[in-house]
Amino acid sequence: MNLDKQYIGTKAGKETLEKVVHEMEVEIKNSDGLHMRPAMQFVDIANKFDSEITVSNAQTNVDGKSIMQISMLAATYGSKLKIRAEGPDAQEAINALRELVEEKHFDEPMPGR
Amino acid sequence: MEIKKGIAVSPGISIAKSLIIDSEDYLIPRRSIDTSQRMHEIRRVRNAFRNAIEELTRLEAAQDQTSSKIKDIFAVHMRFLHDRSLRKKITDLVQSELVTSEYAVSNTLRDIASHFTKVKDAYISERAADIYDIERRLLKHLLGKKREDVAHLTEEVVIVARELSPIQTAGFNRTFVKGIASDAGGRTSHAAIVARSLGIPAVVALEDLTALVSGGDTVIVDGNRGIVIVNPDEQTTEQYREYSREFEELEHKLDTIRGKPAETRDGVKITLLGNIEFQEEAEVVLEKGGDGIGLYRTEFLYLNTDTEPTEQEQYEAYSKTLEVFGDRPVVIRTLDLGADKYTQSKRFVPEPNPFLGLRSIRFCLQNLMMFKTQLRAILRASVLGHAKIMFPLITNRHELMQAKMILHDVMEDLADESIDYNRDIHVGIMIETPSAALTAHSLARDVDFFSIGTNDLTQYTLAVDRGNELVSTLYSPVDPAVLRLIRTVIQDAHKSQIDLSVCGEMASEPECVMLLLGMGVRTFSLAPPMLPEIKQVIRSVTIEDCNKVARKVLSMSNERHISSYLRDAARKILPEAF
Repeated sequence: MNLDKQYIGTKAGKETLEKVVHEMEVEIKNSDGLHMRPAMQFVDIANKFDSEITVSNAQTNVDGKSIMQISMLAATYGSKLKIRAEGPDAQEAINALRELVEEKHFDEPMPGR
Repeated sequence: MEIKKGIAVSPGISIAKSLIIDSEDYLIPRRSIDTSQRMHEIRRVRNAFRNAIEELTRLEAAQDQTSSKIKDIFAVHMRFLHDRSLRKKITDLVQSELVTSEYAVSNTLRDIASHFTKVKDAYISERAADIYDIERRLLKHLLGKKREDVAHLTEEVVIVARELSPIQTAGFNRTFVKGIASDAGGRTSHAAIVARSLGIPAVVALEDLTALVSGGDTVIVDGNRGIVIVNPDEQTTEQYREYSREFEELEHKLDTIRGKPAETRDGVKITLLGNIEFQEEAEVVLEKGGDGIGLYRTEFLYLNTDTEPTEQEQYEAYSKTLEVFGDRPVVIRTLDLGADKYTQSKRFVPEPNPFLGLRSIRFCLQNLMMFKTQLRAILRASVLGHAKIMFPLITNRHELMQAKMILHDVMEDLADESIDYNRDIHVGIMIETPSAALTAHSLARDVDFFSIGTNDLTQYTLAVDRGNELVSTLYSPVDPAVLRLIRTVIQDAHKSQIDLSVCGEMASEPECVMLLLGMGVRTFSLAPPMLPEIKQVIRSVTIEDCNKVARKVLSMSNERHISSYLRDAARKILPEAF
């Protein structure tokens, strides 16, 4: 797990604290991967937050709130995704999404367990 | 101006603005729009999403005690329909490429689906099916509007479609639908048959016509030469107006022979009957001088509604037609459903090979309640005119005996209830499978008449799907194999002294009529609008000429030679008809 915290735009003054960016890498742990139902759970949680959420794999960056884009990542078991949240509740968003992917693994079985 | 060559399936010429009907099962062709229509198309995309969401909400609410799997599917579809970036992708495509909303929806979702199919993981790649579902749902709403347009036309149009179903075609309002042009189809596809019966000029097998036409373009349909012209120039339009006038004059001339007998030059009387399905067509048969109905298709009763028609509804439909014809014969064919979209879509699992599956009389023998209801309705109506009953697609004697036994059961029931019916009603069968043709001598013992259905007989003998443009050139009723079977049936009918008629498309082709006359056929049943032309043919030939043609053709072994020989013979003997 890799947790960064950055502050950007310090020169602007007032809004600095709201422009919080959090990034984290997560690994898909359920055996069927990020198919439709997990993609749906992911965007449902992402949509609860005001922050902009982007998800990337080695090739592309997609909008974490769009089921079309998330499902098109076609992330299979074991793939690693980078989640980036930017906005007032970035920290909470990242935590919630990490919990879904890595701890709850979308309430789906993991291989060999 | 764009000129496309197809197959002429229904004669006549029409010039009108196009109305495009797409089917959500097919690839929607790329069609351009005007810059000024952009906002309109974008609104249509938004409305389609909104309507799809409403529909899905309704469907979801209507499902009680659904499994969590199905709930998930609904939920996923809902997320997609609410996904702004998906909607934006589609409206961006409309904006940047100036294409119709149908095309933008179809193209975008198929792109996404193909992205899924490329993923190696089976679990994820199967998700493409969900995307296709969403595509269909959106298209249904986009195309639904146009379907309503067809039902409420206020100006003359030419219908342009990828493919038309017989039901769609039968629903066309003859006052406004002036022509039909489709990408798919062949001479004997059912929609072509219906177009011909209704007298709407039609050209099919135009391959990519739908991609060339935009709604509202002026289109000429030349159902005589098999040509469709998109956005014709002034000179061409004028030329076609002239053709159209000439054609109407010819039609008018043919109409004048209506009252004259169908008799060959050497005095042999021929019976000409009409093939019909709808009540309106019965009137066309009378208008065109037919001697009765040789094939009354009854499928329409079942296809126009979602529920099975009641005995009374059927009785009323048959009664109307029988009363119109008085003592002239009306051959009612029992239900010939199956092997089509309608029965297949009602099935839980579609049959893998419906043309060799549960269709026609087989379907009836497995759905006895439905079959008995139809037979009761026919028998009750039989006292009102000269009704005959015909069973379709008989393949062996056992089926025939079963069908007859059920008919007798129904007769006994009616007698028990003291309901009147014609006890001597004639019962016949369609000969439309090679097995029936080859065993005609034994089938003849138990029936009053045969009717040769040359369309299915050709299709089953040559193993060719007549609607599949990839192989439709192999389909020919004058193939030596088909002709041998037809000859066997004619000879066996004559030996057993039972009536015989030909009711396939062959009966409406002048050169085939000469051949069939020479082979001994004296009763023909055909699409009503063709009656005057075929009567003209009969009145121009002698049986002796026809016998010569038949002898020659039956000695030939090559379908192409037979076709060209028949064309030449017809040209020599019937100069006016060609």
